[in-house]
Amino acid sequence: MTLWIVLVATAAGCYLLKFAGLAAPRRLLDNVWLRRFATAVPLALLAALIAVEALRGEGQALAWDTARMGGVGAAVAALALRAPFLVVVLAAAAVTAGLRALGL
Amino acid sequence: MRDSLGIGIAVGAAGLAFGTAAVAAGLSPAQAVFTSMFMFTGASQFALIGVVAGGGSLVAGALGALLLGARNTLYGLRLADVLGRRSVLRRAVDAHGVIDETTAVALAQPDRASARLAFTATYAVLGTSWVVTTLVGALATERVSDIGALGLDAVGPAIFLALLWPRLREGGARTWLIAGLGAGLALAATPLLPAGVPVLLAASAALVALVGPEMSVTGPAASAPDGDDDNEAVRS
Repeated sequence: MTLWIVLVATAAGCYLLKFAGLAAPRRLLDNVWLRRFATAVPLALLAALIAVEALRGEGQALAWDTARMGGVGAAVAALALRAPFLVVVLAAAAVTAGLRALGL
Repeated sequence: MRDSLGIGIAVGAAGLAFGTAAVAAGLSPAQAVFTSMFMFTGASQFALIGVVAGGGSLVAGALGALLLGARNTLYGLRLADVLGRRSVLRRAVDAHGVIDETTAVALAQPDRASARLAFTATYAVLGTSWVVTTLVGALATERVSDIGALGLDAVGPAIFLALLWPRLREGGARTWLIAGLGAGLALAATPLLPAGVPVLLAASAALVALVGPEMSVTGPAASAPDGDDDNEAVRS
């Protein structure tokens, strides 16, 4: 139930953020500081998400999982080869599953 | 239209991944589909379910999703000009479709009429594909008992990497610094703070962007989709 409330609230918030842009006065776009910060936020957040999810352990601890890191490495290799999105995701899952089946 | 279809297929792949990851995180298929239908902004959705999967603070997860969704506000500001809708009701309908892909396609059009058509076509194709593939991914994963054996725990980081990659490729040293700082801050804070909060803290790394000369713009205006680079198409 709590999860439903969070999902509905976040969805509403995300919608309002989109609508705010379409309805807001044009001059906000010209504020260079706002634009510079807003462009950089996704960079920092995405990098943080990659790091935290790749090294997630039990509870709050960080842990090195060789199979999962192998999968992340496969994703990097696929991206460097300009593979499409689906290939990147499948490569990560397949390599992780493979390494785990080998007992790593 | 060709762009719209190409993007629809790429987004379908991301939708499968989202449905899979959402159910693996503990959402029901109904919750996964609700999220894709109404939150409708990929990076925020993945960030939120990442926190749910980690058993972290839901409030922190929601705030992280909203922070990531805040760039849609900037897109809306640009789109308001390009689409030129007078009616508030019409803007309220358009608003739901304001994401990376629709913005990129609309901004790449030569005039207002084709921008409106491109926006609506991309929104329709992409929205349908995103919701349907989320459902398929969610239902398929519900039947899987062992997430780890299929390597699904590597799917989350791989998706975020694919979203971040085009920005790293286009960006300079400061782009890498912001990304590295964000990752470092989040990792350092993880053992100390509830899950979800470290990622929020990492947003402060974006302050680096305010120092020195302006960075090259890496938004949709700078990278119109050319239909042959799927990674560009799944930044939302």
